[in-house]
Amino acid sequence: MENVLDAKIPEGPLAEKWSKHKFGLKLVNPANKRKYDVIVVGSGLAGASAAASLAELGYNVKCFTFHDSPRRAHSIAAQGGINAAKNYQNDGDSVYRLFYDTIKGGDFRAREANVYRLAEVSVNIIDQCVAQGVPFAREYGGLLANRSFGGAQVSRTFYARGQTGQQLLLGAYSALSRQIAAGKVKMYTRTEMLDTVLVDGQARGIVTRNLVTGAIESHAAHAVLLCTGGYGNVFFLSTNAMNCNVTAAWRAHKRGAYFANPCFTQIHPTCIPVSGHYQSKLTLMSESLRNDGRIWVPKTKEDAELIRQGKKSPLDLKEDERDYFLERKYPSFGNLVPRDVGSRNAKYMCDEGRGVGSTGLAVYMDFSDAIKRDGESVISAKYGNLFEMYETITGENPYKVPMRIFPAVHYTMGGLWVDYNLMTTVPGLYALGEANFSDHGANRLGASALMQGLADGYFVIPYTLGDYLATIGPAKVTTDHPAFKQVEQEVSEHISKIMAINGTKTVDEIHRQLGLIMWDYCGMSRTAEGLEKARMEIQKLKNLFWTDLKVLGTHTEMNQTLEKAMRLWDFLELGALMVEDALTRNESCGGHFREEYQTPDGEAERNDDDFAFVSAWKWEGPDKTQTLVKENLQFENVKLSKRSYK
Amino acid sequence: MKLTLKIWRQKSTDTEGRLVDYVVDKISEDMSFLEMLDVLNEDLIKKGEDPVTFDHDCREGICGTCSLYINGRPHGPTRITTCQLHMRTFKDGETITIEPWRAKAFPVVKDLMVNRSSFDRIIQAGGYVSVNTGSARDANETPIGKEIADEAFNSATCIACGACVAACKNASAMLFVGAKISQLAMLPQGQPERKRRAEAMVAQMDAEGFGACSNTMACVAECPKSISMANIVSLNREYIGAKLTSNQV
Ligand SMILES: Cc1cc2nc3c(=O)[nH]c(=O)nc-3n(C[C@H](O)[C@H](O)[C@H](O)COP(=O)(O)OP(=O)(O)OC[C@H]3O[C@@H](n4cnc5c(N)ncnc54)[C@H](O)[C@@H]3O)c2cc1C
Ligand code: FES
Repeated sequence: MENVLDAKIPEGPLAEKWSKHKFGLKLVNPANKRKYDVIVVGSGLAGASAAASLAELGYNVKCFTFHDSPRRAHSIAAQGGINAAKNYQNDGDSVYRLFYDTIKGGDFRAREANVYRLAEVSVNIIDQCVAQGVPFAREYGGLLANRSFGGAQVSRTFYARGQTGQQLLLGAYSALSRQIAAGKVKMYTRTEMLDTVLVDGQARGIVTRNLVTGAIESHAAHAVLLCTGGYGNVFFLSTNAMNCNVTAAWRAHKRGAYFANPCFTQIHPTCIPVSGHYQSKLTLMSESLRNDGRIWVPKTKEDAELIRQGKKSPLDLKEDERDYFLERKYPSFGNLVPRDVGSRNAKYMCDEGRGVGSTGLAVYMDFSDAIKRDGESVISAKYGNLFEMYETITGENPYKVPMRIFPAVHYTMGGLWVDYNLMTTVPGLYALGEANFSDHGANRLGASALMQGLADGYFVIPYTLGDYLATIGPAKVTTDHPAFKQVEQEVSEHISKIMAINGTKTVDEIHRQLGLIMWDYCGMSRTAEGLEKARMEIQKLKNLFWTDLKVLGTHTEMNQTLEKAMRLWDFLELGALMVEDALTRNESCGGHFREEYQTPDGEAERNDDDFAFVSAWKWEGPDKTQTLVKENLQFENVKLSKRSYK
Repeated sequence: MKLTLKIWRQKSTDTEGRLVDYVVDKISEDMSFLEMLDVLNEDLIKKGEDPVTFDHDCREGICGTCSLYINGRPHGPTRITTCQLHMRTFKDGETITIEPWRAKAFPVVKDLMVNRSSFDRIIQAGGYVSVNTGSARDANETPIGKEIADEAFNSATCIACGACVAACKNASAMLFVGAKISQLAMLPQGQPERKRRAEAMVAQMDAEGFGACSNTMACVAECPKSISMANIVSLNREYIGAKLTSNQV
């Protein structure tokens, strides 16, 4: 068994790697492309862009989504924007700077070559989207507008009001729709992938459940692309859409795909705080707000206490009674520090007893200075829909009183391990978008997930997949192969087993408990002691799942409880792995903050000597400890430095 | 709050449905409408009764998945999506009727969940710019005046929830179709296929069984994204213009 993974990073200088690599890849000639079938699971930015681009090239694509339409993928909810190194603002941006910011933002735990490629193709993404008719924000002169985002000192974020994800996804969806109409993509909606099928060690298809009829079906292809999004919902409460889940990636993991850096999760600093026990999800207030919103808490605990009791209003506090803690601690980045830094500091303020809101678990984001400076109409043009959303949810008007915000789980940097070609450790099985681990290291910078999803789908996989297909050749495997029957049977047995438990606990009850464990022990800050506790608690929950879960109805009909139950089981197994991963990483980096490893002033203390590697986990069987396999990270172009935003 | 809910229950597309009464108690004002339904479903499961099936995902008003017809109005009493509706809009003791969208082109899947794939097929008929990946020129070589870009954006904010169809007595999809046609007709990128697009999308809309525009503007009044009547006017103009000078033979 190999103990070190080979990422197949091309030789040569950083800036030439991708061009050289593309030239060296084998091609499938145009007439032969129609002999190959490709399965794309997911129709978010990564899936829709990949499915459309591959179909345009001539491959036969089958695309799957559990949503009722490809346009409803979670990507639709992204608000703030997408980065690209266009340097339209002439403020010193470049491919190298975007690369550097992203590597540094990721706290030096990402692969240089991938991140450089990402920065390189970022410019093509904007061109492609504009050509599709994506209505990005523009200046009066008709050119594209930009704004700045956390972790960067240049303005390189392209946006479409507070609905960038929606507009980008609709662009990719339109390209996908065109290929569906052309007969090159066959779209399967309300269809959930439940397993991967391997034939002779290669991914050759998937097993799905038709969510309307419950039918279990097999689909064969020459390659399978998982573009199935992130797993933030392991925390139950997150900014992710309700149905986001890890099932596709997790089941692939159990078939041999290594899972990388599972404990690297991003907690976003600016979300609307929890209001009650019935809470079903958390709502993000886009990071772009930090361009104009100033974050503060009362200077004294006494004032904070009075505010919590409703005896004082934030408006009563004068300028010198407020602590703009990010501006104070990080003068050069101020409110635009990266997310992990912003979140952690909000937590510190609340831990100190200076939190606000009835629960004390909130800080203020204040727009009064920006409104004074630019006028309400300018602020409303930039953030109108976000302000409205805030008011709808909280019943408070952010033009008049500062927003209350608190960190919430938002994004998962971890995911299926992939090499430079986006292939997992299973030949023929690829992972794109948030589902892979590739580009964000230990912390993702704002506006870079949309960029990565579209880079993977539009500009990377169309090249790298061809190389693999040309290698294996067009001979087909059909779903009559016994491997498909075997997996179908295993999937059916798993379903029957869940249906037969007939206990007393609902799926949400167990999921909420899992979420609390993860938040308390594997969330914003972690300790070995806490993680060990979490390990035991999760084990108890797993037992509870199989002894006391209650799922009504049958599996041969639309059954949302069954869907959730299956996803919950995968979350339980994943949660356990996240805890192991966090326990073995004896350092603090990015979103992974181990209290034992911090500087005297409370900043994360990385340990590059011992931990400059990707942790990839290999499934060894249901009750076995997973094996840690490392990919050593080589930094040839950037100097590993202490990440400072001061 | 204590509320009586009258909820449409229907096992599957081909079975008959009916309204069933439920009572929910201890509902907080700060709950969203869907969280209130979550509470009901948790109770039902505990009691061994089949929970209510409904569509939802983002719960922040952008994915267009949620689709409840509440007290005779799509998405309920205010002009926001169901998922953004909060219980502070209702009064203690109220009776709330919850039904699925009603339209021939949106068959019920189960309970409150409908099939809106007809919308996807309309987009597939022509709601795109034909540009392959990799063939685009530099984005700033296509300047677009801010006013036009903003107007196109307004049309592009449609979330395809289908409230317009549910609001219309003829179940017309003109607002949905108009929004996409207007967006692309306004932009330079949309020009080459402008006529073909209008004809093809309208033909698909008719084929799906959506009704004619009733001109009552019920759709505009209910659209959670404030898609305006101008989109229907533009659709008519684009369609007639395309028909008159059609290059389809
Ligand atoms: C509220 C919010 C705001 C954000 N804002 C920004 C931003 O401003 N900028 C930025 O860069 N990033 C942002 N992000 C992050 C970004 O939106 C996501 O990381 C990105 O959109 C993920 O895209 P994806 O294509 O990988 O996955 P998704 O869009 O999540 O798509 C996953 C797809 O896979 C399908 N799927 C999953 N599992 C299965 C299965 N088992 N079977 C069948 N289908 C399956 C789903 O149906 C869906 O189609 C934001 C995220 C959130 C939560
Ligand atoms: S659930 Fe997404 S719009 Fe309502």
